[in-house]
Amino acid sequence: MNITQNLLTIKDLHTSFRIKDTYFDAVDGVSIHLKKNEILAIVGESGCGKSTLATSIIGLHDANVTRITGEIEFKGNNLAELSEDRLNDVRGNDIGMIFQDPLSALNPLMRIGDQIEESLIYHTKLSKKERSFRVQELLTQVGIPNPKRVAHQFPHQLSGGMRQRVIIAIAISCKPSIIIADEPTTALDVTIQAQILDLLKDLQAETQSGIILITHDLGVVAEVADRVAVMYAGQIIEEAGVDELFSNPRHPYTRSLLNSIPQTHSDSEKLEVIQGVVPSLVNLPRTGCRFASRIPWIQEDAHENEPQLHEIAPGHFVRCTCWNHFYFEGEEGGSLT
Amino acid sequence: MSFMEIKDLQVHYPVRGGFFNTIVDHVHAVDGISMEFEKGKTYGLVGESGCGKSTTGKAIIGLEKITSGSIVYEGVDVTNQRRQRNSSYNRDIQMIFQDAHSSLNPRKRVKDIIAEPIRNFLKLSDLEEKKRINELLAIVGMPEDSKLKYPHEFSGGQKQRIGIARAIASNPKLIIADEPVSALDLSVQAQVLNFLKEIQQELGLSYLFISHDLGVVKHMCDEIAIMNKGRFVESGTKRDIYQSPQHIYTKRLLSAIPNIEPSTREARKVERINVEQNYQVENHKYYDTNGRVYDLLPISDTHAVAKKEEREVVI
Repeated sequence: MNITQNLLTIKDLHTSFRIKDTYFDAVDGVSIHLKKNEILAIVGESGCGKSTLATSIIGLHDANVTRITGEIEFKGNNLAELSEDRLNDVRGNDIGMIFQDPLSALNPLMRIGDQIEESLIYHTKLSKKERSFRVQELLTQVGIPNPKRVAHQFPHQLSGGMRQRVIIAIAISCKPSIIIADEPTTALDVTIQAQILDLLKDLQAETQSGIILITHDLGVVAEVADRVAVMYAGQIIEEAGVDELFSNPRHPYTRSLLNSIPQTHSDSEKLEVIQGVVPSLVNLPRTGCRFASRIPWIQEDAHENEPQLHEIAPGHFVRCTCWNHFYFEGEEGGSLT
Repeated sequence: MSFMEIKDLQVHYPVRGGFFNTIVDHVHAVDGISMEFEKGKTYGLVGESGCGKSTTGKAIIGLEKITSGSIVYEGVDVTNQRRQRNSSYNRDIQMIFQDAHSSLNPRKRVKDIIAEPIRNFLKLSDLEEKKRINELLAIVGMPEDSKLKYPHEFSGGQKQRIGIARAIASNPKLIIADEPVSALDLSVQAQVLNFLKEIQQELGLSYLFISHDLGVVKHMCDEIAIMNKGRFVESGTKRDIYQSPQHIYTKRLLSAIPNIEPSTREARKVERINVEQNYQVENHKYYDTNGRVYDLLPISDTHAVAKKEEREVVI
């Protein structure tokens, strides 16, 4: 593999939060890379650490209660160790971010045009005229009709879908090489969601940038991603190309998740349920397979003592060995392959 | 047959403005919908945000004032007595809310939360009440010691179960479930949906299932109505809606659902673009000049679509 191809390389990243003088790892040893012109999806349920991973990359955590160790290599720098000043040059310039709730990400008292201009003022040397030209260009690019008028409007005058388009315009304003999208469509209706996802894909094809898409929605993943990492309890438990992951899921967690989706084209009476709950940060078992407690019918020696990611097919990684012995509860026992 | 019927329900909100803050216009949140409910069936109400689906639910249970229309419950017109304490209607129709956390009083213990409808409607002795609470907790699969705890001690899925226990406490006939699982994670959502189906069979409940998630609705519902701009654009059985959608809005909605088969990605994008173009071109066939949805026309025994009448097109 050619190292220079990777836009971003994360190695053994630990992000821990302090709770009463003890640090707990919310992101626990994540290694992953993002290539140019690629959409990498990170999926998981709430509390699995996917958003923490995203915000760790651009250092949005309060340094007083957070400890980040490991390497986030981007353009020869380790983002985890950069000073706040240097990070500010990266944020919004080389790495753009799209947040979940478009209304709270926009300043209600600032006109749309001014908000987009903000990062242009900070990161570029464009003149005022060039800037306002660029704003129009960006608004057109994200598919907003009548950009001249919208630039003078306030966020509350726009619909949810339009607001999210504005957020995307801000994120791509300085032509970043990486866009981090944290649940970009969760707050939107399905028809708007489809539009926004199409837009993201088109923009990405145009600008050749890399996108890290954080989501809990496997449908969205199947719709836009090129490569998928599934997270559970702070760790990546499965990583594969999108076709491979959906046609050939291996880890018990991935398989259970896929089975619990109510499908529009199937009629099964009962949905598959994952027993138990996601353990909280404080109560998380730090040794052994973290998913073991939720599949108690699998014998204990199926798990590794210190589960590692194993490459079981080119580009397909699965943590722990329990997938080999996994079957759904109630099915006949035995290995699946 | 049906135990409850809604006829031409309308909910309009006044828009105030101008001099003296007079009423200048009305928002037609719900604009003439009719439904019938049968025992043991699940009815789905689907639409995008702002289409009036939640308002419909609230109007039926009496949390919203009805502008016009009537609700007939077991042969009696109950339109104006929906919130009366001793009416049987109030006991028989219950609600499950979207956000389980904010629907539970944080200062009450679980047993008091669940006991509220019992104390309101079913004059039970203290001992009987205790027994009933234990029974309800058993039905929703919660340990008995949870009745002394407070809502914040539970996870999202458990809170939703407590909400359900409260809803079934007064032995209702119809439960209005307003987006009951949209705040939950996938695996928890599956638990709650399975469980709603189980108690439906056990207790012979009917549901009015309000949701924007077409996958969930398909899984749960027997009959589905698609709502847009405060009116039904299409109604029919699950099969009618998913196998042969007729209204352009339904098609648009169905084409926008993400699918978990990445291989079909390109084909579905093409389809989505086609449907979107159709939506723009054929708009006049489905919406009148004011953008209002036409009345429902039956096209089979179960299936009805809001369309301009063919006759008019010929002339």
